[in-house]
Amino acid sequence: MAKFRRKKGKEGVSINTASLPDIVFMLLFFFMVSTTMRETEVQVQVKVPEATEVKKLEKKSLVSYIYVGRPVAHVARMYGTEPLIQLNDKLVNEEGIPYESVQDFVLFEREKLPESEKKKMIMSLRIDENIPMGKVDDVKQALRRARALIINYSARKEYRKQGRQR
Amino acid sequence: MARETPEVNGGSLADIAFLLLIFFLVTTTMDIDTGITRLLPPEPEEEEKVEVKVNKRNVLVVLLNRSDRLMVGGAEMDRLDLKDKTIQFFTNPANDVNLPERDDVEIQFPPGSSSLLPPDGIWRGKVSKGVISLQNDRSTTYGKYLQVQNELVAAVNELRNEFCNLYFEKDYADLNTTSPHEEEIHNGIRKIYKMNISESDPKNIDR
Repeated sequence: MAKFRRKKGKEGVSINTASLPDIVFMLLFFFMVSTTMRETEVQVQVKVPEATEVKKLEKKSLVSYIYVGRPVAHVARMYGTEPLIQLNDKLVNEEGIPYESVQDFVLFEREKLPESEKKKMIMSLRIDENIPMGKVDDVKQALRRARALIINYSARKEYRKQGRQR
Repeated sequence: MARETPEVNGGSLADIAFLLLIFFLVTTTMDIDTGITRLLPPEPEEEEKVEVKVNKRNVLVVLLNRSDRLMVGGAEMDRLDLKDKTIQFFTNPANDVNLPERDDVEIQFPPGSSSLLPPDGIWRGKVSKGVISLQNDRSTTYGKYLQVQNELVAAVNELRNEFCNLYFEKDYADLNTTSPHEEEIHNGIRKIYKMNISESDPKNIDR
């Protein structure tokens, strides 16, 4: 009993906080290193499909992104809920096959690359799995005309057991 | 009278911090871009829209209709059977007259890279002339389409991997294409098992 009584009179234990800054800095550095800044705000909802044969895209500088999906809520108020194509931060509102927008986009992205790598440009298609292929075919047709022929269907890695499932 | 406050031992704080760091390092998955890389055919010039005549036995038509049902070579098929079907189509081991013809081909590998190859490194064998024609409707969902693409790619990758394991005792995916020696092997195998997938121009296919 005597022990408890002694504690009661205390004003609170002070914790040694000398190493707290170190911890905070470490966490800060960790997040700084691991976070990749997203340059563009994605205005369409994209949930890419799963596939087993995916490969990593090694050279990020060669990759440009095309998003296809249904618009997120605040964009949907303006554009409706039909699937939309997003190039950089612009939504495409070209009727039919978006030849011109894609052409401009490809030229703009190609300009950023050094001469020796212009032909290696990769178009990463980040397309929602529930989008009808019509929209995807439009993008592919436009890319063919713009001569951006290396494409990458973005997909998450799916782990499947050896042999047949089900 | 000021009482001395007992200090908490701070010596283990560093250990805790390290533990946290390691925990985050292990659990965080960095946003890595993964996907299936394919090559689009260049747009044909207006004048040279030539109909290429292909023998019927050399073509496997893979069709995805608007309700996402898969038809392969005229019969409905489960997606998970497509890989085996594709492998059979490309290898044609029994020289079936309904499966693709195969050409005699010589392919140069780095001399002395495999005990199964002659000393000059030239592989002599048969290479399939088969082409897969992938067709889809405008209403096919993209997810389903990519699954089918995935099976086709998986089939070719498996064939390449088998060959690579047999001759070079190595996984095809582990070939290091930055070294000229292994790049030659890599390119050689790609010539033996080609990713012959042709996609027709989009159209509306009937139910």
